[in-house]
Amino acid sequence: MNQPSRQKKAQSVEVIKQYLTFRIGNENYGLELSQTREIIEYSGITEVPLMPNFLRGVINLRGEVVPVIDLAVRLGRKPIEVQKRTCIIVVELQNSEQNHVLGLLADSVSEVIDMNDDNIEDAPSFGANIRADFIQGIAKRDDEFVVLLDANSALSIRELAHLVEAQLQ
Amino acid sequence: MNLDGALQTFFAEAEDFLNSMEAALLRMDEGDTDMETINEIFRAAHTIKGSAGLFGLNDIVSFTHIVENVLDRARDEKIVISSDLLSIFLPCRDHIAVLVENARQEQENDAACLAQGKALLDSLQPWLEAAPQQVAANVPAASVATTHASNSDVETNHEAWHISVRFGPDLLRNGMDPLSILRYLRTLGEISHITTITEHLPAFDDYDPEQLYLGFEITLISNASQQQIEDAFMFVREESELKIIPPRSNIEAYVNLIKSLPENTQRLGEILVKSHAITFQELEAALATQKSQAKSSGAVGMLGNILIEEQSVPAEIVNAALDKQKKVSEKKTSGENRFIRVDAERLDILINLIGELVINRQRVDLLSSKMGNPTLIEAVTSMGNFTEAIRDAALTLRMVPIGDTFQKFKRVVRDTAKSIGKEIELEIEGAETELDRSMVEKLNDPLMHIVRNAMDHGIEAIAVRQERGKSSSGTIKLTARHDAGNIVIGIHDDGGGLDIERIRKKAIANGILEEGEHLTRQELFQLIFHPGLSTAEQVTNLSGRGVGMDVVKRNIEELQGGIEIESEVGVGTSFSIRLPLTLAIIDGFHVTAGHIDFIVPQNTILECVDLNSLMHVQGQNCVNLRGEQVPYIRLREIFSLEPKDHSREKIVVVQFGEKRAGIVVDELHGEIQTVVKPMGPIFQALKGIGGSSLLGTGAVSLILDVQQLIGFAINREHLRNNAFSVSAQEQEQ
Repeated sequence: MNQPSRQKKAQSVEVIKQYLTFRIGNENYGLELSQTREIIEYSGITEVPLMPNFLRGVINLRGEVVPVIDLAVRLGRKPIEVQKRTCIIVVELQNSEQNHVLGLLADSVSEVIDMNDDNIEDAPSFGANIRADFIQGIAKRDDEFVVLLDANSALSIRELAHLVEAQLQ
Repeated sequence: MNLDGALQTFFAEAEDFLNSMEAALLRMDEGDTDMETINEIFRAAHTIKGSAGLFGLNDIVSFTHIVENVLDRARDEKIVISSDLLSIFLPCRDHIAVLVENARQEQENDAACLAQGKALLDSLQPWLEAAPQQVAANVPAASVATTHASNSDVETNHEAWHISVRFGPDLLRNGMDPLSILRYLRTLGEISHITTITEHLPAFDDYDPEQLYLGFEITLISNASQQQIEDAFMFVREESELKIIPPRSNIEAYVNLIKSLPENTQRLGEILVKSHAITFQELEAALATQKSQAKSSGAVGMLGNILIEEQSVPAEIVNAALDKQKKVSEKKTSGENRFIRVDAERLDILINLIGELVINRQRVDLLSSKMGNPTLIEAVTSMGNFTEAIRDAALTLRMVPIGDTFQKFKRVVRDTAKSIGKEIELEIEGAETELDRSMVEKLNDPLMHIVRNAMDHGIEAIAVRQERGKSSSGTIKLTARHDAGNIVIGIHDDGGGLDIERIRKKAIANGILEEGEHLTRQELFQLIFHPGLSTAEQVTNLSGRGVGMDVVKRNIEELQGGIEIESEVGVGTSFSIRLPLTLAIIDGFHVTAGHIDFIVPQNTILECVDLNSLMHVQGQNCVNLRGEQVPYIRLREIFSLEPKDHSREKIVVVQFGEKRAGIVVDELHGEIQTVVKPMGPIFQALKGIGGSSLLGTGAVSLILDVQQLIGFAINREHLRNNAFSVSAQEQEQ
């Protein structure tokens, strides 16, 4: 477990990670569990004016004001329509400077899965319809594919801020 | 006791001492000759040296020691502190600051640094030698000190002191090292003989390695004063038994004087000790006598009388000291405060918690008014009042007077003026005005920039000033005052002023402004904040490179503030910076537009009016408010919110600096106290919204940044030549 080698070819080393899986439309996605903080029920979002579509607004998370991202829009899909099972996954990202807390809107949360690195395939170079750098890998589970997202790249604060800036100009 | 902790305390204290030293030096530069000022400088240097010695910071000790010697001579009226000497003392202070900072960073002092120290010490040399004595006779307190210099302050003769010390058993456990004290004594003079007293060492089985059993008998050849030697033992004084016998003294008399410490501080004694008339020990003995007398006769004798009776001091010294004590106590009761050091972080935690309290209070308010129980409402209201009082009290904890910030500029102005060959005086007004500590830190850079600009470009060279019939010395004035929930900081100079035409031409040349474009006077002045526009004729190492003024403006805007300029050619320039007092909690007005909740900061609001009750100016977003034209912004339009019917719109009239404008909203909800929550870096590009806050219902509302919003509206809707600038101009005229 503590082996430094993360090479997929090294068959003898078992690296098991936990992923939180969730659904957007009819697709399955996963995030490393260690990057997620909690899941909360959708109970309204305060819209922030003039923001691009992927930024749905802000919520009050026990006194902290947290921006909420529509992951579907960020991944190039249609915006999520709020339904009974819609929820917000709160993720905590660490970059070199500071921690960022973001909420991700998802259609529903599925489960937490244990994944051996051996069972994770590299992102296909095309065909996933998602920017390749957003994908950490693809896992197969019960005949379904789970796209494991690279949160630091899909939710890069710097890139999101640039998109907001571009929208405002 | 953790020695690391003690070291941190030393750094913090050293910083305070260095600051007060600088302030005192600058006071002397302005002609203050009070003995107490020299004493203050001396005490600062002395304490820094003493503490540094304990931590083995030898570079600091050896440097400060020489500085202290010169100061000591000044204190004894052997030399007069001239402006030449002050010009050396100031860099000396800086050098000590550098040494302290290096120690804090655990950096070795490099060769350049040490060489600089050496150069400074060399320049102090003339004042160190027993040069021709220039005794100033006009300071009465001084004669007291000199008459008794022979007693304890033996400067010229090397003398052998005898020090007898028995350390307290817990010394080692407390993190003290007796060796460091001995090491420090060596910096005061030469230890010619030392005997270690080992008689208290127990048998091996009983030996506790953490306990200190030793004592020393030390013969020290030194020209230090008794106080200096005692200070070596400062940190162990309480636990240890210390006897110091000065050279050529009647030993028995002194041995008898050493008694236990008194419970309360005796000011008279302190003053006597300071003027070298007696030492602490003599004082204590006298106190003991006083006590026993009181016991026997039932009446407490005056301490001064006892000292005279015992002939430890001549009567005139006691009288002089008593006089001084009176003065000091008058000063103390009027001005001096008592302070507690508190970690800034703890304070921030408290303020945050109170922020939560304020939000929760709103929630309880909401619930109780829903329930409609009068007793409950009454209780909640009174709790609300206390919450408000707690909030205000907590915020004042973070308030600091701006004077300390202003004070730093005295030095900057003095040094810079000298280096650029101008005569400039700095005046300070309103130093006691308070503002949030976190703002003070961010205010430093912009202020520094404006002041430097004023010195460099504002104030003219001496010859030019004389030619223009001005006094040869220019004046820069820093002012601060409170104004309706804001603090207004002014920087005024009586220099050459800003030439509006030159700014315009330069702006046109640089492509910032188009030929024939109409701007108000204030807008033209504001152009100097445009990046890449510098009207200075020559670039100097101080300023003039066109970078900086835009940073100044940005910094001020980050603090939710604004800056305005007024200037007249040949007369001078005034900058006025307007800032909110605190950024943590604000009073706001809750409104909605579309389906979004907004907060308008209360201090910007003039009034709220029904939009439809006002006369509209034909074809423009502008209303007639009691004969005055007020341009307005529709929040729904500017933020592209869903349209709603216009029938019940309200207009919130706001003022920011000289501007007046209306913000049109859908609904007014009322006043609210809100805690400002930052929006995070994602929203950085969003103009017009300064932050967010939580409502009593738990929903998030957006706080409007009125100034930014107006600027945003002007840019966005290209109103430059329409309603906005026209009316803004009318206001100015």
